[in-house]
Amino acid sequence: MFNYNKYLRNDKLPHIWCTGCGCGIVLKSLLRAIERSKIPQDEIAVVSGIGCSSRTPGYLDFNTLHTTHGRAIAFATGLKLAKQKLKVIVVTGDGDATAIGGNHFIHAARRNLDLTVVIYNNYIYGMTGGQVSPTTPAGKRGSTAPYGNVEPAFDISQLAIAAGAPFVARSTCYHAVQLDKYIHKGIIKKGFSVIEVLSPCPTYYARPNRLGNVVDMMEWYKNNSVQIGVARNKSVQEMEGKITIGILHDTERPEFCEVYRELSESIKKQLVK
Amino acid sequence: MTNEVETKLITGNEACAEAALVAGMRFFAGYPITPSTEIAECLARRLPKVGGTFVQMEDEIASMAAIIGASLAGAKSMTATSGPGFSLMQENIGYASMAEIPCVVVNVQRGGPSTGLPTLPAQGDVMQSRWGTHGDHPIIVVTPSTVRETYDWTIKAFNLAERFRVPVVVLLDEIVAHISEKIVYPKDAEIEIVDRKITERDPSSYLPYENTDSDIPPFAEFGIGYRYHVTGLCHDETGFPTNDPKKVDKLTRRLNRKIERYRNEIIFYKESFLEEAEICVVVYGSAARSAYRAVSDARKLGYKVGILHLFVLWPFPHEALSKIAKRIKFFVVPEMNLGQMAHEISCATKQEVVKVNRVDGGLITPVEILEKIKSVQL
Repeated sequence: MFNYNKYLRNDKLPHIWCTGCGCGIVLKSLLRAIERSKIPQDEIAVVSGIGCSSRTPGYLDFNTLHTTHGRAIAFATGLKLAKQKLKVIVVTGDGDATAIGGNHFIHAARRNLDLTVVIYNNYIYGMTGGQVSPTTPAGKRGSTAPYGNVEPAFDISQLAIAAGAPFVARSTCYHAVQLDKYIHKGIIKKGFSVIEVLSPCPTYYARPNRLGNVVDMMEWYKNNSVQIGVARNKSVQEMEGKITIGILHDTERPEFCEVYRELSESIKKQLVK
Repeated sequence: MTNEVETKLITGNEACAEAALVAGMRFFAGYPITPSTEIAECLARRLPKVGGTFVQMEDEIASMAAIIGASLAGAKSMTATSGPGFSLMQENIGYASMAEIPCVVVNVQRGGPSTGLPTLPAQGDVMQSRWGTHGDHPIIVVTPSTVRETYDWTIKAFNLAERFRVPVVVLLDEIVAHISEKIVYPKDAEIEIVDRKITERDPSSYLPYENTDSDIPPFAEFGIGYRYHVTGLCHDETGFPTNDPKKVDKLTRRLNRKIERYRNEIIFYKESFLEEAEICVVVYGSAARSAYRAVSDARKLGYKVGILHLFVLWPFPHEALSKIAKRIKFFVVPEMNLGQMAHEISCATKQEVVKVNRVDGGLITPVEILEKIKSVQL
């Protein structure tokens, strides 16, 4: 069995996450995917913003950068461009990536810089105590939506695809084995890859919405997730309230570092002439 | 770069971009904004030719974040903006102060507040450049008044950023940025380039925020085996977050002390005709251009007046002003704001100062300064 200790800063444990939180499941999946990628530990940088998910890098023994709220992808952009041999992985949450960091997210997808972005989507702002986020489903409760959320939600994966990300996959904390595969594919993909993970927040999402404990939430993921291959043959009505999981999008587009390097080389050649 | 004396006619923005390359800057991230855009345009042309990277980000918040990321990878990095963009950068400027990431931020000042006067000069960001981000934080602010000074002070800004591991703000204004002047480039041998001090420790004993005698922790770039943690949260010597009051106090005091204790090595000003002067014009940035003419005219008329020209605004030269105040009867402070530096000068000199202010988008003229000199009742 894979020994996580190799990649953990054990002196920083125990972690700060609540009982039943999905962050630890994603963390372990991320480490299994990194192990599978065989990329040297020194050449991996993990960058995060602010929130529960963004505390992940502190526990990981890589080059780790915990930035300002929403800006992880922008920091990662500079890091990657200035040292392209680094494999830069961004870990972020639904609020961090799609509310305050929404602009950076869509433009990084458009730019297609070689970054791997793992988004822990728990439908809520956990760190600040359960306020609604851009992915809280309409009608669900949060501390800033005491009568139910009056706004519709973002579909993060569809947003990423529309903005140009060449690799987009979605899984849940129940489907951890699949998650390993998607994160691994995202890491080895040359380009901007997005892996959205539905992650349970028993404390601030399940409790006010009477969704039970984490076991109930896992059951819900299990019973309501539909593989993309199956989902494609279902009607909109049949997919109502369901989650589509799997590799939702996988295509090839010119990657920014390579495009810039080619440009730079061609200009230098012209100078020599 | 050359060893021959080379002369050119260029703008301040061009001088800034060229100087940054000479200083070793190889990563620029920015967002278009008048009157700073030519810096980005120049570097978009130049950086790919020298193996550097130019990237136009989606906004100024991202630009500031990107240059911090690049600096952590070991690159000297810069962004350039103007008032509204400078406001957006403040949060991550604080991050650079806190995480001790060297970087240079050029702010070509225009009229404000808000979108203000996009194409016209002002000096209204003097206080924002010092106190724009929240919390007690270290920062250095320099301000040139000519094209050649812009060249020199951009290089110096990088040197200061590297030496002290702080963000350094180069405050230009629309006049210095857009004016075309003859510049005689310094020879290579005359240019001093400073690089950040790299740790001599091996990865197992490296403390990224070690309390050293110098108060400036040696640096290790990402990706070469050190695998440490960087955060904007209060942290201890290991770089990991802490709430321990003793450790937080120690960090906050060291961060600020590392600039304060070297203030005499950072501060730079020029005195002219102050030996026998009774009136001192304290000036900085493009307002200095008019001040030199006004003082020259006033001296011809028999007024005992001199100039104190500030090139470093923060840390502020309180000691120098307090010393000069012993022999000066009146201080005249021309600036294109409503008296932001006048207040600081008044504090340092314990004197009321005579203010000469314009906030209409125009340069303070020599005549306006001369009239104030004449109006002083000695």
